[in-house]
Amino acid sequence: MFFQKEIETMNRKDMEALQLERLKWTVDYCYKNVPFYTKRLDEAGVTADKIKSLEDIKYIPVTTKADLRDNYPFGLFARPMKDIVRIHASSGTTGKPTVVGYTKHDIDVWSDCVARIVMAAGATADDIVQISFGYGMFTGALGLHFGLEKIGASVVPNSSGNTEKALMFMRDFGTTALVATPSYALYMSEVAKELDYPMSDYKIRLGLLGSEGCTPEMRTQIEKAWGLFATDNYGMSELVGPGVSGECEERCGLHFNEDYFYPEIVNSETLEPLAEGETGELVVTTLCKEGIPLLRYRTRDITRITYEPCKCGRTSARMDKVIGRSDDMLKIRGVNVFPSQIESTLIGSDKIGANYQLVVRREGFADTLEVKVELVDGSILESYQEVEKLQNSLKHKLQTVLGIQCKLSLVEPKSLQRFAGKAQRVLDLRNENK
Amino acid sequence: MAIKQISVFVENKPGRLADITELLAKNNIDIRAISIADTTDFGILRLIVKDPDAVVNILKEDGMTVSATEVLGVAIPDVPGGFAKAIRIITDKGISLEYAYAFITPKSGSAYVIIRVSDIALATEALNDAGIKIIEQNEIF
Repeated sequence: MFFQKEIETMNRKDMEALQLERLKWTVDYCYKNVPFYTKRLDEAGVTADKIKSLEDIKYIPVTTKADLRDNYPFGLFARPMKDIVRIHASSGTTGKPTVVGYTKHDIDVWSDCVARIVMAAGATADDIVQISFGYGMFTGALGLHFGLEKIGASVVPNSSGNTEKALMFMRDFGTTALVATPSYALYMSEVAKELDYPMSDYKIRLGLLGSEGCTPEMRTQIEKAWGLFATDNYGMSELVGPGVSGECEERCGLHFNEDYFYPEIVNSETLEPLAEGETGELVVTTLCKEGIPLLRYRTRDITRITYEPCKCGRTSARMDKVIGRSDDMLKIRGVNVFPSQIESTLIGSDKIGANYQLVVRREGFADTLEVKVELVDGSILESYQEVEKLQNSLKHKLQTVLGIQCKLSLVEPKSLQRFAGKAQRVLDLRNENK
Repeated sequence: MAIKQISVFVENKPGRLADITELLAKNNIDIRAISIADTTDFGILRLIVKDPDAVVNILKEDGMTVSATEVLGVAIPDVPGGFAKAIRIITDKGISLEYAYAFITPKSGSAYVIIRVSDIALATEALNDAGIKIIEQNEIF
């Protein structure tokens, strides 16, 4: 189903014309209203009228998260505070939070973006949707909230925490759709199973998962546990929040709201644009945003984009699920390796724990990769063959997925968690002195 | 009657075995028999103790990967050929032997061998028939 069919199924030529017009508007708007961009664009010698085609976007300098931090809190806002109706911020776990502001029009556009995505996922006005994202400064909950209200769904702003009460509402209200992070959706199902109510008391049919990555294996687990159909959506607070892209019921990529966000895929080292279908870093330019417009924002997310029309009828660019972060990417013997690939390979085995560590070393002139996982299942200790069999099968799976040789080591439980509570996933020793 | 043996997964890194055995010492656990076999990466430590359930809990609480399994304790006359005879009886029944390790106690003249076999009941019966003594957990303390 469509929320704005005309836009969602627009032919490519018309879409590109619209994007070009809006790109020129954004460049001009940034230049006139954000001193940071005035300086940047002057340095690059780019003005709106020099942009003749969408390809010319490559002449515009990129914007990074560091730029947002350096201009904390409101330095990149293009409007005075009287026009700003909402302020959100990232959690700031890796430094100062990044702060974003929305005008009334921004909120309206944002709601449209989310409305399109949830309808593409199968949500309707008949749905009772429980939002189990935490509200507050985080964009996820309010973004979905406004978009779902826009399509006429009944929104239950339950927020996260107090899982038993959330489950009570789900049973008593007959909640049909759930907005949650994949891990929380899974956790809720575990709590639900422990309670004295049969799973048939829950009417959840649709899962709108987001705000963290979800491997196909994890999604299957969630779908089985709840008996629901799950879709993934993508966004980030810097750009708007959820609503940048999302899966339709075909689940063959996330449809981009291209009339509002212009996507590019670039080589994350050289920033050279890559051809359609190639894997690289996603860079996004906002096309209509008034509060805090961003030119060529480096998302750090690694994915690829296709412009093939989708079976659902949408003509928009579709991005793959994010396979990793360019910050996390490891180059081992010339092969790109993402910790997330390793995670999804390991998640299926109940003999090992959830933590893992990658150790990269340089021996002679060759890089070596060691993957450490925690052995938690004591029942296989009776025979060496069993332990070795586990070791070999994990190693095989990893090598198939990663495309490089690796060593797999089984370690004791908890031995990988010693780093201030947060597991240190990657230990790159290649530049250490021996 | 079988004896309960504890198996512990031990990473191959300096001091690990000392850590584990010190933990047991701190809890006043008397180890009667011990065997450790290792590969380059890890080892499996096998222990015979008086109160295996308690020891399993102690080790698990410390976060270790542990299992408890039943093994056979066999009293072997301390003469040449004693062990060979017991093994022959077992193998003749088509029972396979996964591993074995021996220990002695100050009290008796017998050597004790812990054996892990594929079929404990059948092995017990065969050894009993041959007059070879199977020992119980409390007999060795």
